[in-house]
Amino acid sequence: MTATRTPSPPGPTRPVRRLGDRVFAGSARGAGILILVILAGVAAFLVAEAVPAITAPAEEIPGGEGLTAYIAPLVFGTLLAALIALVVATPLAVAIALFITHFAPRRLAQGLGYLVDLLAAIPSIVYGFWGISWLAPKMVPFYRWLEDNLGFIPFFAGPTSATGRTMLTAGLVLAIMILPIISAISREVFLQVPTLHKEAALALGATRWEMIKMAVIPYGKSGIIGGSMLGLGRALGETLAVTLVLSVSGGITFNLISSGNPATIAANIALQFPESTGIAVNTLIASGLALFVITLVVNMLARWIVNRRADFSGAN
Amino acid sequence: MAKRIDVSDLNIYYGNFLAVEGVNVSIEPRSITALIGPSGCGKSTFLRTLNRMHEVIPGARVEGKVVMDGHDLYGADADPVDVRRQIGMVFQRPNPFPTMSIYENVAAGMRLNARRMKKSDLDELVERSLRGANLWEEVKDRLDRPGSGLSGGQQQRLCIARAIAVEPDVLLMDEPCSALDPISTLAIEDLMTELKERYTIVIVTHNMQQAARVSESTGFFNLNGVGQPGRLIEFNPTEKIFSNPDQKATEDYISGRFG
Repeated sequence: MTATRTPSPPGPTRPVRRLGDRVFAGSARGAGILILVILAGVAAFLVAEAVPAITAPAEEIPGGEGLTAYIAPLVFGTLLAALIALVVATPLAVAIALFITHFAPRRLAQGLGYLVDLLAAIPSIVYGFWGISWLAPKMVPFYRWLEDNLGFIPFFAGPTSATGRTMLTAGLVLAIMILPIISAISREVFLQVPTLHKEAALALGATRWEMIKMAVIPYGKSGIIGGSMLGLGRALGETLAVTLVLSVSGGITFNLISSGNPATIAANIALQFPESTGIAVNTLIASGLALFVITLVVNMLARWIVNRRADFSGAN
Repeated sequence: MAKRIDVSDLNIYYGNFLAVEGVNVSIEPRSITALIGPSGCGKSTFLRTLNRMHEVIPGARVEGKVVMDGHDLYGADADPVDVRRQIGMVFQRPNPFPTMSIYENVAAGMRLNARRMKKSDLDELVERSLRGANLWEEVKDRLDRPGSGLSGGQQQRLCIARAIAVEPDVLLMDEPCSALDPISTLAIEDLMTELKERYTIVIVTHNMQQAARVSESTGFFNLNGVGQPGRLIEFNPTEKIFSNPDQKATEDYISGRFG
């Protein structure tokens, strides 16, 4: 709805507005502005602190090859780990949400819902420990198999890491971490699908799965995308788990199961920051700025995808 | 096309609650059968058992027989999905799929049947169904727009187009005009009169003038009190129901001396 402002009639007549309405409108507007101020503040800090690194001569940047050469592998590693997480987690999370809302018996559904929510409450350091001490060693035989059988695909070219601390392991740990967010939001939107639409599909002779394809998933699509973007945000920024799990050495590579992996931005900052001084700190902050921009772009992209078919969202 | 439905000794339950008791009725093909009665008397519940939509609600079940042209809809070999493909339904509130265009809404049932259709055939089917629902002229220039952007009456006709696109044998309508203004109601009633040439139509309505205007036969449902099961009190030609009903309760209800 768009409100059209009619020209106010001449004279001192003004619309009556209650005090409560004014207070509420003011505080809501204030909260909205505060968000913008905080965002602008963070952006300003990052830019100001990154400028020395951007203007510095290439040989002063850690690594000695300039800022771009320093940040590029980090950006690549960040995106790759987050992408693996998203690709693994989204279908799984949607399937869990569908099972809970449409297939599971009511009592089981409730328990399962709590359980998935509980996953979100586990601190990331625990996921990191679990990843390095349990998941990574367990994955090694699987990676060997991948190398032997699917080695012609660049992702699985090997040589297989002996510790299992690979990009794929990091991506899988991240996937489990973002699973509850995506699944919780998908579950909420699936529950909101009006019975009317579901019955419309059933009355046309849809099976339960066809009903879900026809009425539930399209209606919940913006929710699934929104949840995935929240999950992606967490995966992009996740520090501790990746720092623990990923064995870092080397630069850009699509090889997911070897021991030479690019770091992610957040993990790299966590590792390098305590021992950095001078221009090295500015370099790290510049990488932080890159992460900030990536997150912003990803979110705007998601918003654009959702809005592109706003007429068909079911919200009208 | 247009099949006859025979219901015998039908009891309808929600869990352990007997909602409708002992319905025996024959619904004639190529005619409109109206079901009237006070709120909560089970007429909508009964309607939903005719295409097995009743059992979508957890715990809901029926006893007795619903036979369509010799085929028991509740028989051991009857698949509710198949039953619903033969018996279409239009609901009280217009419910086009909001995520689909007008075109996709009409084509939705056909796509379910998983028949591979040529685009031109599908186009033709959509046009024929929309024409059948008297909606074509109003929407032909915006078939790719969302169905939820139409007015209430247009949406309801879109739902009718969607239901008749799969060419069912029977069309069930659950108070299809209760959310519509008188002009849209008239449009739907005219449409029903056209559709009865080809389909068996059963309509639930609270509007007794509507029942009198459009239907050939009328069934009156009533219940004795709260918590009691609803019953089919009388089933007769509409003319008889509204002029000289067999039952006192029917006369009281129709003349407004209810209770």
